[in-house]
Amino acid sequence: MKISNLEKKALLRKMVEIRLFEEKIGLLFQQQLIPGFVHLSIGQEASTVGSCSALRTDDYIISTHRGHAHILAKGAEPKYMFAECFGKVTGYCKGKGGSMHIADFSKGILGANGVVGGGFPIMTGAGFSIKLRGTDQVGMVFFGDGASNRGTFHEAVNMAAVFKLPIVFVCENNRYASTSPAEKMVAGGSVANRAHAYGIPGVINDGSNVLAVRDSVAEAVERARRGYGPSIIENETYRYKGHFEGDRQRYRTPDEIQQYRLTRDPIDRFETLLIDEGVATQKEIDAMKTAVAAEIEDAVRFAMDSPLPDPHEAMQGLFVNP
Amino acid sequence: MAVRELSCSLAMAEALKEEMERDKTIFIIGEDLVSNGGIFGQFRGLPELFPDRIIDTPISETAIVGAGVGAALTGMRPIIDMHFADFVTTAMDEIVNQMAKIRYMFGGQAKLPLVLWAPDGSGLNAAAQHSQCLENWFVHVPGLKVVVPSEPADVKGLLKAAIRDDDPVIFFQHKKLFNQTGPVTEEKYIVPLGKAVVRRAGTDVTILTYSRMTYFCKEAARELARQGIQAEIIDLRTLMPLDFASIAESIRKTRHAVVVHEACTTGGFGGELSARITEELFDLLGGPVVRIGARHVPMPFSPVMEKYVLPQVEDIVAGVKKALRR
Repeated sequence: MKISNLEKKALLRKMVEIRLFEEKIGLLFQQQLIPGFVHLSIGQEASTVGSCSALRTDDYIISTHRGHAHILAKGAEPKYMFAECFGKVTGYCKGKGGSMHIADFSKGILGANGVVGGGFPIMTGAGFSIKLRGTDQVGMVFFGDGASNRGTFHEAVNMAAVFKLPIVFVCENNRYASTSPAEKMVAGGSVANRAHAYGIPGVINDGSNVLAVRDSVAEAVERARRGYGPSIIENETYRYKGHFEGDRQRYRTPDEIQQYRLTRDPIDRFETLLIDEGVATQKEIDAMKTAVAAEIEDAVRFAMDSPLPDPHEAMQGLFVNP
Repeated sequence: MAVRELSCSLAMAEALKEEMERDKTIFIIGEDLVSNGGIFGQFRGLPELFPDRIIDTPISETAIVGAGVGAALTGMRPIIDMHFADFVTTAMDEIVNQMAKIRYMFGGQAKLPLVLWAPDGSGLNAAAQHSQCLENWFVHVPGLKVVVPSEPADVKGLLKAAIRDDDPVIFFQHKKLFNQTGPVTEEKYIVPLGKAVVRRAGTDVTILTYSRMTYFCKEAARELARQGIQAEIIDLRTLMPLDFASIAESIRKTRHAVVVHEACTTGGFGGELSARITEELFDLLGGPVVRIGARHVPMPFSPVMEKYVLPQVEDIVAGVKKALRR
């Protein structure tokens, strides 16, 4: 897929925004300023940004419990996301959703889903809807290696394949389903392998290479848009943080994490590439990072300064027609 | 306008035809809908009229119900055919964690105008896995509306209201009532959700019921009348939202209440209703609120056992006497 230098720089900026957003969330959580629990995806930025960069604003995504990155990559604004994570009335869901349940329907974000594998069946419905309305939109459903073992995955992939629904199933295989290693839990060697059983394309990507992900996903999106049906994309990636913030991570060693950070960090790799290609200078990149950091600080301030909801608001909005 | 005798099946088909002609965003999704017009013939004639909007799927209830949710979120008005109400268990996450919560949890950004149509109930000797009445599970979960019609005219009017409603509606239609006939006007009409109706006026006791048990209660009321007891029968029609005002109005008059449903008594809607009546109308009551429902076992196959487990007319008569302490 052709890409301009401007677009390359935008990809890097988005990855940096997500990294800084997630690091900030982690810090605020440690400081006990964010209630509940949070799941961070630091290390997976190339998979997410590469995938969403192949979509239009009117395309749909459904995200997961580890969903901040998907939502940001599809165009949501950090300030309303921070506000939601703080439980403030200015948040995307007026404080009713929290970290695991953020949506922005105006951007085609049909929501993060707190149930692992909960998004697959819902996206088949968006697929039917697209077909019945006769538009050329595409739906992208993100999931992890763990969710590929749920029945919802198999029912939805079969359904999507039978009806040639315009859906791209994007697996972000970060090697651990909570505490369980994928190689012990996913039969058949890979998630993408499962595509063959349903007669649809299944592709494995280097999930820390944002351009490789983008190219591969763009092909699947185009296929879906033209009415040829769904694909499964598996981005091999890695999360640097635990399943949730505070996870003691007895299932892996600090060395393993360090190894990924040093050799396969998606942001470092792309930065090096852009400098080597002469697309950007180190100075430019540093300036961009400073600017993004300032935006994140502004967004946090907006959220901090926002009011809490009136507790009575809890009784509003259950039904359209009560 | 003329009034015809229609079965619940035909009343339902008429509602669907009228609504699908009116609104192109309505479609029906489920298993075995096209070749026989649904396993009970409930959609007969519709696949020919709306070939693109009646979708036969693989046997994948989880994906079917989830598809209804996703389609409703993106501008359509799906009607999900659950095949048998018992199969809701194969899609409970989609109903309870997704359908019921998405609007609220996302701060009201979305609406879910969908109907989950589920044929429920016993009386067909279909045994444990094809005979249940599970309506109270869904009354318990905030975010779902629950409809339980008894008469053909209500099947039509309530189904139309459910389709037009912007919230998810679980529509339980009793299998044994598909061939039940009743008067249905040719005029176009809607029966609003959340409105109970008095099926028989009486002064001595209020019988609160719905779905197939409405007919059992009418028979019981005739027997009670022979014994000098005038029962008022209220067909609740919708359990969520509940028309408690009509219930209270009747009990103010009769001072006694009996709740009758086909679902198991234990943990059934009768418990909720009884508790609410006791909490809100205690000073009016002249006796205990009595619950009548099925015995606490899975539905047995053998017809004699099925009959034994289900509430019968004589159980309702006895229940009313217990409420009146006679």
